[in-house]
Amino acid sequence: MAQQVFAYIIHKEGVADDTALEMIAAARKLDPDASVAAVIAGAGAELDAVCRELVSSFSEVWKIDNEALAYVNAEVLRRMLVRILPKDGIVLVPHEHFGMDLAPGLSIMLDAAYLPDAVDFEGVEDGKLKAVREEYTGQVSTHVHCDISQGAVITVRPGSFKADESKSASGKIVDKTAEAMEGGLPGGARRFLEVVEAEVGDVDITKSDVLVSVGRGIEDEDNLEMIFDLAEAMGADISCSRPIVDAKWLEKSRQVGTSGQTVKPKVYMALGISGAFQHVGGIKGAPFIIAINKNPKAPIFQAADVGIVDDILDFIPELTDRINEMKG
Amino acid sequence: MEILVCIKRAPDTSENEIEVNRDGTDIERDDLVYSVNEWDNYAVEEAIQIRDKMGGSVTVVTVGDEDDEEVIRREMAMGADHGILLSDETFKGSDGRGISAILKAEVEKKNYDLILTGAQADDGAGQVGGILAAMLDWPYASLVNFIDVIDDKKIKVGREIAGGNQEMHEIDLPCVLSIQTGINEPRYVGIRGIRKVASLEIPVHTAGDLGIAPESVGESGARTKRLDYFVPELGEGAEILEGSTEEIIDKLLEFLKAKGGIK
Ligand SMILES: Cc1cc2nc3c(=O)[nH]c(=O)nc-3n(C[C@H](O)[C@H](O)[C@H](O)COP(=O)(O)OP(=O)(O)OC[C@H]3O[C@@H](n4cnc5c(N)ncnc54)[C@H](O)[C@@H]3O)c2cc1C
Ligand SMILES: Nc1ncnc2c1ncn2[C@@H]1O[C@H](COP(=O)(O)O)[C@@H](O)[C@H]1O
Repeated sequence: MAQQVFAYIIHKEGVADDTALEMIAAARKLDPDASVAAVIAGAGAELDAVCRELVSSFSEVWKIDNEALAYVNAEVLRRMLVRILPKDGIVLVPHEHFGMDLAPGLSIMLDAAYLPDAVDFEGVEDGKLKAVREEYTGQVSTHVHCDISQGAVITVRPGSFKADESKSASGKIVDKTAEAMEGGLPGGARRFLEVVEAEVGDVDITKSDVLVSVGRGIEDEDNLEMIFDLAEAMGADISCSRPIVDAKWLEKSRQVGTSGQTVKPKVYMALGISGAFQHVGGIKGAPFIIAINKNPKAPIFQAADVGIVDDILDFIPELTDRINEMKG
Repeated sequence: MEILVCIKRAPDTSENEIEVNRDGTDIERDDLVYSVNEWDNYAVEEAIQIRDKMGGSVTVVTVGDEDDEEVIRREMAMGADHGILLSDETFKGSDGRGISAILKAEVEKKNYDLILTGAQADDGAGQVGGILAAMLDWPYASLVNFIDVIDDKKIKVGREIAGGNQEMHEIDLPCVLSIQTGINEPRYVGIRGIRKVASLEIPVHTAGDLGIAPESVGESGARTKRLDYFVPELGEGAEILEGSTEEIIDKLLEFLKAKGGIK
């Protein structure tokens, strides 16, 4: 495969995101001989720090340095990338909130194929990449053929490739700013205003040692009472998955996941939670995970250490009673 | 404000266990409960609220077949003014690009100010909104969890980013937005509402009506193609506790005590 592979780098405050080195591993799985170029947009000293950090991991580090990118707006960046990327390149982008904003439209502007949320690659044959995806929040997987012969934009699920920390490239930094800015600053129809920080809740779940976490399996707001009782008996804090927050049953500050909080407890108890990657992605620090779910095939059982296949509405009250008895 | 909302009929994953069929060509569909894709329901609710405030109309559209009419009716019962089914033999096997090309042809038949999609559907792709926007050369914002209409030229939107934070943008109309769950509380649709729209005629637009070249969509136009469904080889996974509830609780308490789970 002679196509060049690019990895789009997410970074914050001068430090590359964990996905940066995962993209190298993904690229190698795609093409063992690939020389992978990093593409980094930003401004000034923070951008330079990220470039320096990554230059030993990529064959080339392409940087776009402009004040307007100090906070990167996908609508602006997409149009700049089209000016610098070759038409038949393979562009890997992390499948998270920024990548989801940037990547689908980029594929159209490059007239390249689009492959969203790949979790693995199984080789290229006759210009067709065989990739693995998941559907139905991870309940089933699929093999997908993607015709990459005219280029492709592929979003890669964070955490699905093991970061390549070998630092085995001795790359160089290539300043692509002038080329990216040719014709002026694009994308003016969407103007970034500000970031509104999340409201702080009454409990900071990122500091909790023991979390009792509740998901859509609780079925009804009234049933939350049994979760409160269990948490009290255990001396645990309560967290939840996204649908519980969407329904306004618990505050947003209690949501665990990629668009909620990242927690690092010692023990995490997932009750009626299916185990979508956006949820599990918020559980860090290798806690002991206990999952209770009535579906034995729920993906959460893959992430958990101990599993119980049961209806939480029956199981939880019994468990709470036993803990209270035990404590006397 | 003329608003188009793209919707898809999808198996309700909180109601169903999704399983792969015998030969891996599809999931077991026999006993599935279908509904409108969760994200799309929030998009339709948002469109209705904007219309009620600003005037105009809400149209819901889906690319599918006669089975998919039920979600159009459901969203009309919710309050959408019009529904359109885009259906043709040649649409079968379309990838995200194909679905978007079909939707684009419909968009160009009228002067819409705003197009809403869900952030993602059952296959977890999250692609149609962004692709459609690029094809139309309209501005786009994904994962929108807040909309404030400033005037008939521009709106303010909030995008959901990491950590529960929100990114605010001003964006010119017409534009495409993909809607994240939690942006509103979708209204309940009762049996009576559904009954009212049960006999409405839903217009069907075919490839011919839309002026779509058949080879540009469907399987022939697709650059990505699903080969099979499978259950991945599972890793170790959890140790599943077995026995009577009493025995299970005994074992669980052991673990909790050992790992510091009970204070
Ligand atoms: C961009 C983006 C960001 C996201 N960010 C987050 C995030 O930060 N956090 C997050 O949680 N999600 C997030 N999501 C949503 C995520 O994809 C899932 O939709 C969500 O995590 C599902 O929550 P759940 O497991 O509670 O519900 P479901 O997936 O509906 O699962 C419910 C589970 O409960 C089980 N169950 C049902 N009834 C019972 C019962 N009586 N007893 C026992 N088990 C029962 C079912 O078998 C099922 O496994 C995000 C999605 C997107 C697109
Ligand atoms: N067949 C379809 N018909 C109409 N809209 C669709 C269709 N498929 C996807 N969409 C829209 O695109 C959104 C994202 O879906 P996807 O890109 O498939 O994850 C959905 O929430 C819908 O709004």
